[in-house]
Amino acid sequence: MTITTNSGNRGLQIEQPLIFEQNTKGDTAVDLPPIPQVRTRLGTMQRQGRIGLPGLSEPEVVRHYTRLSQKNYSIDTGFYPLGSCTMKHNPRLNEKMARLPGFAEIHPFQPVSTIQGAFELIDTCAAWLKELTGMVAVAMSPAAGAHGELCGLLCIRAAHEANGQGHRKVVLVPESAHGTNPATAALAGYTVEAVPATEDGHVDLEALKTKLSDQVAAVMITNPNTCGLFEKDAIAIAEAVHAAGAYFYMDGANYNAIVGRLKIADLGVDAMHINLHKTFSTPHGGGGPGAGPTVLSAKLAPFAPVPQVVKVGEGYDAVEHAGDPRSPQAFGRMKGYHGQFGVFVRAVSYMMALGADGLYQASGDAVLNANYIMARLSAELTPAFAGPCMHECVFDDRFLKGTGVSTLDFAKALIDEGFHPPTMYFPLVVHGALLIEPTETESKASLDQFIEAVLALAQKAKTGTAADEFRARPLLAPRRRLDETKAARKPVLRWKPIEGGAAPTVARQAAE
Amino acid sequence: MRYLPLSDTNRRDMLAAIGVGSVDELFRDLPKSALASAKFKLPNTASEIEVERALSKMAAKNLDCTKAPAFLGAGNYRHHTPASLDYLIQRGEFLTAYTPYQPEISQGTLQAIFEFQTQVALITGMEVANASMYDGATACAEAVAMAARVTKRSKALVSGTVHPHYRDVTATAMRFLDVDVDLLAPDPYGIEDLIGRIDNELACVVVQTPGFFGSLKDYTALADACHAAGALLVVCVTEPVALGLITPPGHIGADIVVGEGQSLAGPMSFGGPGVGLFATREKFLRQMPGRLAGETTDEEGRRGWVLTLSTREQHIRREKATSNICTNSGLIALAFSIHMTLLGEAGFVRLAELNHANTVLLAERLEKVKGVKVIPSTFFNEFAVALPKPAADVVEALAKRGILGGVPASRFYPTYPELQDVLLLSATETNTESDMDALVAALKEVL
Repeated sequence: MTITTNSGNRGLQIEQPLIFEQNTKGDTAVDLPPIPQVRTRLGTMQRQGRIGLPGLSEPEVVRHYTRLSQKNYSIDTGFYPLGSCTMKHNPRLNEKMARLPGFAEIHPFQPVSTIQGAFELIDTCAAWLKELTGMVAVAMSPAAGAHGELCGLLCIRAAHEANGQGHRKVVLVPESAHGTNPATAALAGYTVEAVPATEDGHVDLEALKTKLSDQVAAVMITNPNTCGLFEKDAIAIAEAVHAAGAYFYMDGANYNAIVGRLKIADLGVDAMHINLHKTFSTPHGGGGPGAGPTVLSAKLAPFAPVPQVVKVGEGYDAVEHAGDPRSPQAFGRMKGYHGQFGVFVRAVSYMMALGADGLYQASGDAVLNANYIMARLSAELTPAFAGPCMHECVFDDRFLKGTGVSTLDFAKALIDEGFHPPTMYFPLVVHGALLIEPTETESKASLDQFIEAVLALAQKAKTGTAADEFRARPLLAPRRRLDETKAARKPVLRWKPIEGGAAPTVARQAAE
Repeated sequence: MRYLPLSDTNRRDMLAAIGVGSVDELFRDLPKSALASAKFKLPNTASEIEVERALSKMAAKNLDCTKAPAFLGAGNYRHHTPASLDYLIQRGEFLTAYTPYQPEISQGTLQAIFEFQTQVALITGMEVANASMYDGATACAEAVAMAARVTKRSKALVSGTVHPHYRDVTATAMRFLDVDVDLLAPDPYGIEDLIGRIDNELACVVVQTPGFFGSLKDYTALADACHAAGALLVVCVTEPVALGLITPPGHIGADIVVGEGQSLAGPMSFGGPGVGLFATREKFLRQMPGRLAGETTDEEGRRGWVLTLSTREQHIRREKATSNICTNSGLIALAFSIHMTLLGEAGFVRLAELNHANTVLLAERLEKVKGVKVIPSTFFNEFAVALPKPAADVVEALAKRGILGGVPASRFYPTYPELQDVLLLSATETNTESDMDALVAALKEVL
């Protein structure tokens, strides 16, 4: 059924033209003080001609973005079980702390004597991460998970080169890994070889051993892995990797499942990045910013990039240059300034709020919630692996076989039920995968509501007569399925003025 | 614990449904040796008041720029942000959403990205822009990597006018991709010869406008020389407010423009998180790193947006991707875009004029101080000065007088004796004339 209205709006779902298409008075929503009259010093580089930006008033801007926001699903809106993304509650205390003028209104190159509190904050964040993981050092500057992976691999490459092992050019990555792992290995100048998984969703230790050689620089393993399972052989893997002269990189994307329970140093890990925007609750913001501090073993610590905060007596200083004698083997610099400082403030605010006991409880509840979903959904769905799972559970599409309903259709039907779909078709080693990560910040009532909806949809799909209805979903979201092929075939990546005509008006837009 | 909704009764019921006796049983795959040895020397849960107290105490140890006249730039700028901006980016639907992988329920983020891409393309004078990178420095490294892919060459020339962190990050990243990066000496006096160093093996030349030491240069001839040699011109912009007043890089022949959007996006926050801007020409689109939002239609023919051209990206292409970037700087890009929308053309130009005028006023005052020489003849809202003594000492002495009087060049280039006396000073719309008088008075005392 297509609902039509004169305005094109549908109740609270209000169509909103681009800022460039709105008929506005063309001025500004920002009033500035008078501009002093001076003789300009721009030389010949003064801009000629208009830029082409529209001018809106403050109420128009506030309404524009409020309406846009209402077209988004978010954690604040509802259950967001996007596997491997850890969509947990983002406490507003974190936001308040990041906005303290003493943190927000400081410049990265103030005299060191005036930013001791900033260095203390970074050092506090580092101290928590080191104590939680048992690792000896942490590089704080990586900007996100993939950047942290690169940090770890560059430390590994620098260590190999320093030890006369620079010929090692292969990184082993399991088939089930996130795409960032092989992409990162390529950026570090390595070639990638895949390691197969066993039937039960783990790294195949024997296959891994046969691939280890004096050409292998590192092994990258996500643990808990993307199948939602803890790699039971982690210690044996580390021993085999070390025996072959390589390093063990653990991808910490799923660290939230084990935080506060064991120290990854005890697994023999040499490097692991930590997504502060997953495990430590800093907001995802529609695609960042994140932060990916990378903890390092004693063998890799000397090669950590600058900047590094160091203690000097009662106070702090920062090593800001690769040539600094206090860190002579640092491999270089990965990011401007002092890393994602505002994200560190939020993460520290969260770590302090939970504390050691709260983090223990959080990982316990995250794993409990995932196992509860797995147990109950197994009544209708087909789990890809035997339990127990860790913080997320994965189902394959056997339960949809012969129904004409695909994993995609099933996921899109969940949108109409008021839920964000789980991660689809990942990990690649599971056919038609649905990867569900509830996190610890969901109530049992919220989980039950989701479970009932999924079970009902599965039953409906299995009638074998609902394929067309599933394929039409979603029907109740701000948009129905969008044509991705069209978007890619002839990319329109920006607004452009219509040649020879005025910009479309709001009314015309709505009528289209 | 206030962030955890499960009650003990819930937990018992759920364990029963799973068919295990305890949560510990769910962790049975974890090595027992590691579980047994795990002891954490960390405090336990704390109330909101306690967290606020601890962090406020730490924050109070900093001298923040609301408490002192501040003239700090060097790639990170303090601007006023309208109250509505911080309100809008804290709407939960923006703040707590993930990357828009399900477009039907992510149109808000996607339309905002599309508008952001358009704004960045317009102000840089380029054809297309992506949905953001981590920051200006990493965007610069990505630009050089992209130039190497486009030209199939492996040499880059980086001007001494480029921000030192952009230079360092680029040199670090390229070392592992076997791209040879030639970093020219820092160039406060504008004497380097770039055109004379161009040859047919070069993938790109990287410059910055306004330059790190402030000056505004016309790079048209450089762009022509690059193109004649088959190389690309990469232009960095660390202060996008300048683009309200100066000729955009796209109009002088830039092939890739990268920059830092922090100055328009929000507080300095000690330098992070920022937002990397990345714009280029349409013909290089498929070599571009990062996410892109593109226009399309839904099944009812209504306009909408999706993430597109993802065959360039890591989740599809894995080791053959153009970059490993995944999470980028979405919320800061949104803040940048909202501020640009609030400003509009008129406000953006006026903001730039006000910055420039204040900086001219600052220069005029400093030129009257004995021993101080303003180095560049042209600038936007920042310039280098030569002092009669080490700039780091002067800055420390000014800080003792409650003034954050610029950034010494030696902070970036400790091994260049000729830069010891060079100080970078910036003025924005946040600086008043009485701030400037205070700086000048204090400077006279310490010089």
